[in-house]
Amino acid sequence: MSEILRLHRVSRRFGGLTALREVTIGVNKGEVLGLIGPNGAGKTTLVNTVCGVTPASSGTVTFNDQDITRLKTYQTARLGLSRTFQIVQPFAEFTALDNVAAAALFSQPGTSLKSAREEARAHLNFVKLDAQADQSAATLTLAMRKRLELAKALAMKPKLLFLDEVNAGLNSAEVARATRLIHQLAASGITIVMIEHLMKVVLNVCTRIAVLHNGQLIADGPPRDVIKEPAVVDAYLGQQYAQRNAAHG
Amino acid sequence: MTRSNLALLVLIACVAALPLFAGPYALRLGTIACMYAVLALSWNVVGGFAGYPSFATAAFFGFGAYATGVLLNDGVALTLSVVAALISSFALAALLGTVLLRLRGHYFAIASLSLVEVLREFVNNATDLTGGGMGLNIPLTSGSGILADASFFFFAMWGLLLATALVVIAVSSSKLGFGLACIRQNETASNMVGLNATLYKSIAFGLSACFVSAAGGIYAAWVHYIDPSDVFDILYSVKPIVMALMGGLGSPFGVVCGALLYLGLEEVVWRNYIQIHSGVLGVLIVILLLFLPHGLTSLRTSMFWRKAKHV
Repeated sequence: MSEILRLHRVSRRFGGLTALREVTIGVNKGEVLGLIGPNGAGKTTLVNTVCGVTPASSGTVTFNDQDITRLKTYQTARLGLSRTFQIVQPFAEFTALDNVAAAALFSQPGTSLKSAREEARAHLNFVKLDAQADQSAATLTLAMRKRLELAKALAMKPKLLFLDEVNAGLNSAEVARATRLIHQLAASGITIVMIEHLMKVVLNVCTRIAVLHNGQLIADGPPRDVIKEPAVVDAYLGQQYAQRNAAHG
Repeated sequence: MTRSNLALLVLIACVAALPLFAGPYALRLGTIACMYAVLALSWNVVGGFAGYPSFATAAFFGFGAYATGVLLNDGVALTLSVVAALISSFALAALLGTVLLRLRGHYFAIASLSLVEVLREFVNNATDLTGGGMGLNIPLTSGSGILADASFFFFAMWGLLLATALVVIAVSSSKLGFGLACIRQNETASNMVGLNATLYKSIAFGLSACFVSAAGGIYAAWVHYIDPSDVFDILYSVKPIVMALMGGLGSPFGVVCGALLYLGLEEVVWRNYIQIHSGVLGVLIVILLLFLPHGLTSLRTSMFWRKAKHV
């Protein structure tokens, strides 16, 4: 398997706080990598650093053999790196359709507004929002807005997709629905890195797990092995989860 | 072409008929109306479309007035001088925009305000070029006779208004306008979908400056004498914002209606309350904005809405 993304000794400091400390990790083409860890571990910062929102203080980020450490957000977006936000970021006054059209329009230079809107309809169909296409984004429910985020990310024709807690705040039926979507995306060949707190989803979807703690990578490997590692149990999962997990096998 | 944009063009066409009915006073008023409309439409590009409350209008008005004035004194033709002012101010604003537009909200407002002061001081001190505080005399450019002069500058300003309106309409229905609307709503998300926000904002700032500069240039040629405290008057920054708010933020048609309404109020109040006209105008504006926060263009839709509720 070839690598699509590589972080080499990436650190990110905010004043005195080191949010990422010498993180070295690669993402293989076609895999679904779960990024887990306690709150404040640096998961979102890692995504922000790759996307150019908060550029790395040191280290290098390589995407498809191209150095993207210093690229701006819109440049990484055009290369095929897209993401959903943990706190949804819709264009509130726009209709759902125009939200997705914006993503199609600006991520591929040379697209016309008309063709972007046509394309957007297909993506809304995929996330089952076609009935809400002409509704303004501000009127959608949280679950719908999360799916809208996903449609926006897909309209950018991503090679690598970051999903930042797409399931947070959803009920179990909605989570099941979102999980099915993620499976479909993975099957279509998009490489996915997902930040997720629901271990059930992580174990269901991910082919590999990386664990961050205090800005450092403390584990990386197949899901079943990683959740048994004592460091991961101590830092994040807790003894109770480990025992329950062991009991269920 | 949307209905409101069509209404805007019809309105502008109606204004052009003014010289058929009116004398020099109405022509003077018409020229100012066109100028105000240019200022308001321009401000709307950066303030209404992109959501950046700029107070730099006076800076570019003064810049255009002085650029044109200096060129006219050097014997350059009026049209050429105004076009030169237009192009150079676009470049200047777009360049300054890449720096200033990193700030948002109040911080951007203050920074853009300081631009007026910086340019005013520059003109004040570049005595050799601009005459400094003494002001600048500008040679007569148009034909002789009061009425011929008045209609020449009326049509000059009207032509500029038409050009501004056409460009603003083109922008509002283009990819650029769509991008600016994205930036206004959520700049983080805009960057994330691959929109080069810095570039778009700079173009918007340039567009909001260039027609203002051209208006300043025509104004300078019209009044024959300019000085820094006249053309860098902070009111040139504040008035377009009030007009846009009165008319309906973001809508080109609304903004031009706001400009006409503002001028009407200004003139009526000035005539009737010459001692306290600023105070009365201020109170009227506050009342208007309190009871009509979304401007004149919201009147029609809100009336329909009420009717529907009673049915």
